[in-house]
Amino acid sequence: MSKYYKEAELLKSLAKNEKSAIDAIYRDNYKLIQQLIINNNGTEDDARDIFQETLIVLYQKAKSDSFELNCQIKTYVYSVARRLWLKRLQSNRRFETPVDNIEEMVQVEEDVEVHEKLDRQYGIMRSALGKIGEPCKSLLEAFYIHNKNMQDISSFFGYTNSDNAKNQKYKCLMRLKKLFFAQYKNGN
Amino acid sequence: MDQILLLDAAERYLRGEMNDQERASFEDLRKTNPDVDQFVVEHHFFTEELNRYATVKRFKANLYDVHHTLKETGDISDIKPAEKGRIVQFWKKYRRTVAVAASIAGVTALLISGLTLFFSPKAPIRDIEELRRKVNKLEVRTNSQDVQLNDVKKKIDPNASVTFGGTSFLVDPKGYLLTSAHVVANASQVFVQNVKGQDYRAMIVYADKKRDLAILKIDDADFRPLSSLPYGFKKSSTDLSEPVFTLGFPKDEIVYGEGYLSALTGMKGDTMSSQITISANPGNSGGPVLNRNGEVIGILNARQTTAEDVVFAIKSKHILKSIQELKDADTAVNIKVPATSSIRGMERVQQVKKIEDCVYMVKVVL
Repeated sequence: MSKYYKEAELLKSLAKNEKSAIDAIYRDNYKLIQQLIINNNGTEDDARDIFQETLIVLYQKAKSDSFELNCQIKTYVYSVARRLWLKRLQSNRRFETPVDNIEEMVQVEEDVEVHEKLDRQYGIMRSALGKIGEPCKSLLEAFYIHNKNMQDISSFFGYTNSDNAKNQKYKCLMRLKKLFFAQYKNGN
Repeated sequence: MDQILLLDAAERYLRGEMNDQERASFEDLRKTNPDVDQFVVEHHFFTEELNRYATVKRFKANLYDVHHTLKETGDISDIKPAEKGRIVQFWKKYRRTVAVAASIAGVTALLISGLTLFFSPKAPIRDIEELRRKVNKLEVRTNSQDVQLNDVKKKIDPNASVTFGGTSFLVDPKGYLLTSAHVVANASQVFVQNVKGQDYRAMIVYADKKRDLAILKIDDADFRPLSSLPYGFKKSSTDLSEPVFTLGFPKDEIVYGEGYLSALTGMKGDTMSSQITISANPGNSGGPVLNRNGEVIGILNARQTTAEDVVFAIKSKHILKSIQELKDADTAVNIKVPATSSIRGMERVQQVKKIEDCVYMVKVVL
């Protein structure tokens, strides 16, 4: 099996959030990124954070319809991690250009920007879900994320009929939307 | 149109659950009524957003899992930063020049010292001998002092004279420990022992009897400061029923305990402390109370004798206040309390492994 083909398969299973794929990519790449971060004023925790954020970028990219990776995973991961770390160093005013060989890099500026936008939205959704409380959170998750039907939901949450559950779900959804869009529009 | 019905319709439309006829009429409605259209577009965006949140959350959980498994199996491990490249490069480039320069310097030095020896008058040998003897005497004296010191060290160590105290934990990796003031009250000497059983001498830097807090400083040449602490101190207050855990030395080895925050105030409504339901024994005093994120929310200080498993902990807010007061009073004390926890999101076993290195048994000599 050619290396190119193997990597394409790996990315397909990564897009499906399979642990085996994460494990394989971790084993192949973690040490490289760890070295990059540690040798450039970072700690072990920074290395872990940056590497995991990089994998999220790769995951989002692998999931997108227009997905196309025209370099090795290692090159891509290294480029993204370097970009992310540089940004973090700059924001912490600890700026010092990492020493490395630039020719091994690919352009990732656009992917990182997309990721930052998505990451912001993720944070807003997390804080909105944290604010609506129970049972709203579980109710909405059951319907929108786990795709349960209203009959199951109303029996599980102890509503007398599915109309009551629908009513409650509507109220919860409106609150969540309000919280989400208030912050979302604030930043745009 | 009723909003709940509209939501229902929009959801069935987006999930493709409508039949052709319904679908056609709903699409007509979208075309004629811009409000409905707007609602559908917004709802579609929002549910996508919600789903993306859920998948990323699952992915993150998997990342954490894989990281911990690989760390446990040793496939990934902590590394030290490499030497700065510049110095190594400098050495490689100039080592030949350095070697030549060094040998010339060596030859010159030998030549000069040879010449000096040859021309200088001979010094009386007796003087030199006397001097040497004096040095010998000095050596003997320092040796005997060493022996005495060792004796002293041995005298304080035996456990017979040590009355067993409590628990303490690091607030600053340089060796500042926090414990309860009553643990070290009336102490003439304080020793702390880490989880590996090594003893260190410590001194009491500060005792805040009002809050029942004391700061110790490890004052021992054998002590190696840590690079950082795994836990942080929580600034805000903690919620009722939040699960907590503690580590302490109710016996000669470290003991883990789990419980929950059962009341926001302490004994008789004392607002400085909170009430925790956890099993604790004498010796747990001074132990850290942590929440699931690995943030210190308090320090254990007392238990109610009339009830089972009810203990009280001084809140972290007051710990921080007390340390600030100490720093204001004495500028020589340089304590940096960590604000963030680096073990957030780890499994409990991993968290405890990191924390136990920072928890010390306190032994007090009265």
